[in-house]
Amino acid sequence: MAKKFLYLNRKAPYGTVYALESLEVVLIAAAFEQEVSLAFLDDGVYQIAKGQTPKAVGMKNFSPTYNALGDYGITKLYVERESLVERGLTEDDLMPIVYEDEDDDYTEKPSVQVISRTEMAKIMAEQDVTFSF
Amino acid sequence: MALEISGKTIATDEEGYLENLNDWTPEVATAMALAEETPVALNDEHWEIINFLREYYEEYQIAPAVRVLTKAVGKRLGADKGNSKYLYSLFPYGPGKQACKYAGLPKPTGCV
Repeated sequence: MAKKFLYLNRKAPYGTVYALESLEVVLIAAAFEQEVSLAFLDDGVYQIAKGQTPKAVGMKNFSPTYNALGDYGITKLYVERESLVERGLTEDDLMPIVYEDEDDDYTEKPSVQVISRTEMAKIMAEQDVTFSF
Repeated sequence: MALEISGKTIATDEEGYLENLNDWTPEVATAMALAEETPVALNDEHWEIINFLREYYEEYQIAPAVRVLTKAVGKRLGADKGNSKYLYSLFPYGPGKQACKYAGLPKPTGCV
């Protein structure tokens, strides 16, 4: 039976390997048909920021891969509003990641949901398995 | 391991995937297919999938898992091609692994 997996992403995308490793593990878990969702909080919100150009630090820009998550059946990307606000960011600074809803004639729908810290806590409590990166 | 293509040596890993993705040319795909135990002559149907994979990688920076590939091919090229039977008839070693190899991509993430 499919379990609910939540992957917490708390670190900036480059400088450490956490973000990229998390993404790889997420894609593997999704291939096993689990119910996977992602959460972005603290500096993790920068992982799905628009306009990433890490070439100068010698890292590959892997942010386009977040746009493939919908193909893997991952349609819930929760972003903590407080983390955005603390960094002077808004939802407009994030990539407009979408998924195609198979049950609704493949209409594109937004995957990103900006939620409050309280709502985030509730979502965490609903999970079978939580990973923190 | 390595491939010899018109006098140039191209490095591959022990499973035959390119070490350096920038080494890819269509000749690399042709040579890889001919180097199989049972050599494969690539036809237009093979190339359609190989080119599709290269575009997918260009856009998303990953090689798709086979389930995702099947679905995406169906959407782009039609349901008669977006099914395991068709893809396995072209790439009997597994459409994910074999087609990604010829396309010069890394082994698909989540491929076990």
